[in-house]
Amino acid sequence: MMLRDLLIKRLLQLLAVAWGVGTLTYILMRALPGDMAYRIAASRYGIDGVDSNAAAMVREELGLDQSGWSAYWQWLGDLMQWNLGNSLVSGLPVVDTLWHMLGHSLLLALTGMLIAALIAIPLGLASAYWGGWLNRLTLTLSTAMHALPVFVIGLLAVVLFALELAWLPVAGFGSAAHLVLPALTLALSLAAISNRVVHTEAQRVFSAPFFEFAQIKGLSPWQAFLRHGVRNISVPVVAFFGVQLITVIEGVVMIESLFSWPGIGHGLAHAIFARDIPLIQGAALTMGVLFVVLNTLVDLACHALDPRAGDPA
Amino acid sequence: MKGIDFTSTRFWGALILLTLCLYAFAAPILSSQDSATQDLSSILRLPDSTRWLGTDHFGRDMWVRLADALQLSLLMAALCVLTSALIGVTLGILAATGPAWADRVLDGMTTVILALPGLVLVLIFAAILPGSFWMLYVAISLVQWIEYFRVTRAITRQVARSPAVQSSRLMGFGALYLVRRHYWPAIAPQLTTIAAFGAANAILMMASLGFVYVGIQPPLAELGLMIVEHFPYYADAPWLLAQPLIALALLVLSCHLLAGRTAR
Repeated sequence: MMLRDLLIKRLLQLLAVAWGVGTLTYILMRALPGDMAYRIAASRYGIDGVDSNAAAMVREELGLDQSGWSAYWQWLGDLMQWNLGNSLVSGLPVVDTLWHMLGHSLLLALTGMLIAALIAIPLGLASAYWGGWLNRLTLTLSTAMHALPVFVIGLLAVVLFALELAWLPVAGFGSAAHLVLPALTLALSLAAISNRVVHTEAQRVFSAPFFEFAQIKGLSPWQAFLRHGVRNISVPVVAFFGVQLITVIEGVVMIESLFSWPGIGHGLAHAIFARDIPLIQGAALTMGVLFVVLNTLVDLACHALDPRAGDPA
Repeated sequence: MKGIDFTSTRFWGALILLTLCLYAFAAPILSSQDSATQDLSSILRLPDSTRWLGTDHFGRDMWVRLADALQLSLLMAALCVLTSALIGVTLGILAATGPAWADRVLDGMTTVILALPGLVLVLIFAAILPGSFWMLYVAISLVQWIEYFRVTRAITRQVARSPAVQSSRLMGFGALYLVRRHYWPAIAPQLTTIAAFGAANAILMMASLGFVYVGIQPPLAELGLMIVEHFPYYADAPWLLAQPLIALALLVLSCHLLAGRTAR
């Protein structure tokens, strides 16, 4: 697949995200049991503050009095104009809330990925270079860590570092100490698999004829690694990072909920719990768009690292 | 088939999974307790001779509740694997051997579904019908059939071009014969690995949703839900929190081992 085709495919995915999320949340709104307007008004003004006036206002605001199809078109039209409406619970514009949450999510995701790289790359290279017991140890640890869902890793981290040792806060947001456990949790769950990928690719390169030849012609192991190893190892590793993006996003949802980290994942889970439909739509949309954009960046990075490949996917 | 290889990871995976299945389905029969009866005068009890795994914060019997939760997870995994494998393999063969437009339509469908991270898609579906086991089942299967589809399509395409299939066609054998004789034997060995990872993923998804409180609702026993419910009692009853954690980890580990290789 040429790069241009791939970019067109990604653009298509972007549209698909908007349409899919828009349609699903529309169904979600229509599927609320009972009189939707009453239910939404009740969640906004409290169950005692609801009367038929409030319900009528909500009905008009959300277009609930219109027929199914015209309301659906209006719903999608609003979405296309990035008009996401106001939160049903707080009444604030969804877009502002999303920007606020996005910053926190990105901070968590980037820190987590950085720590994951710092763990996985040296560990993978070392276990490939020395092999033996180090390799068996990392394999066992990785398998065990991979069997733990990310929220269980987080929970164990909380129990160990926050409750037993009392080094770090349990949950919340504010100081740098609050970032440590969530980021570490994400990093551990990412590194569990990626250190094995680094290991496999490094082993492949270390035993390749071109690598042996580089050393025979007089390069030191370190020089051979820098000149012939790094780039060859990094192509599949970066490509694998594209596969792992899904782990990052799903991890962020779970970790933010666990640690009450005020990001998009936490926002999404909370909005679903509170049936705050505009916020569900906005949060899901942001995650989908983020996912597609990051995937595109990975595609481009693979293309830049290895221009030989016509097929960066 | 040669004898059983006791050192292989697959053997250990199968052994753990079988033990868990046995426990999940036999435990409620062995015990006289049931999973819903509360006994508020004996909460957070340590295991004893009548309540073999102790009691939870409502005094419910953990031996039976844990078995119930495992049953639910195993059932979800089995249903999702069967459904998504059936749909994925059928559509995969169709895409590889059918008309070109079918291939394009299916390719478009997978692109659309893959545009959203699986968990986010399942979360939205779960929001439409809160607490519904069947909605989760539909949502997880919707995400998972794609993996079977892609593998089946790639393999079938290759096989369809082979001389064996070409000559079968020339001899006038029908589509059903080709599937049974040529495509299925090539696809089948790959399916175990996908199915094992798929089962692990289905279990994880359901537990994740339970954990953020939008999946299966109380008072049903579900592993992820039990973990959040027991967490506040960690200081008084750490063994209570440990039970669903260990069960979930063992369940996922057994599936991963059964897959026969470390992920991807």
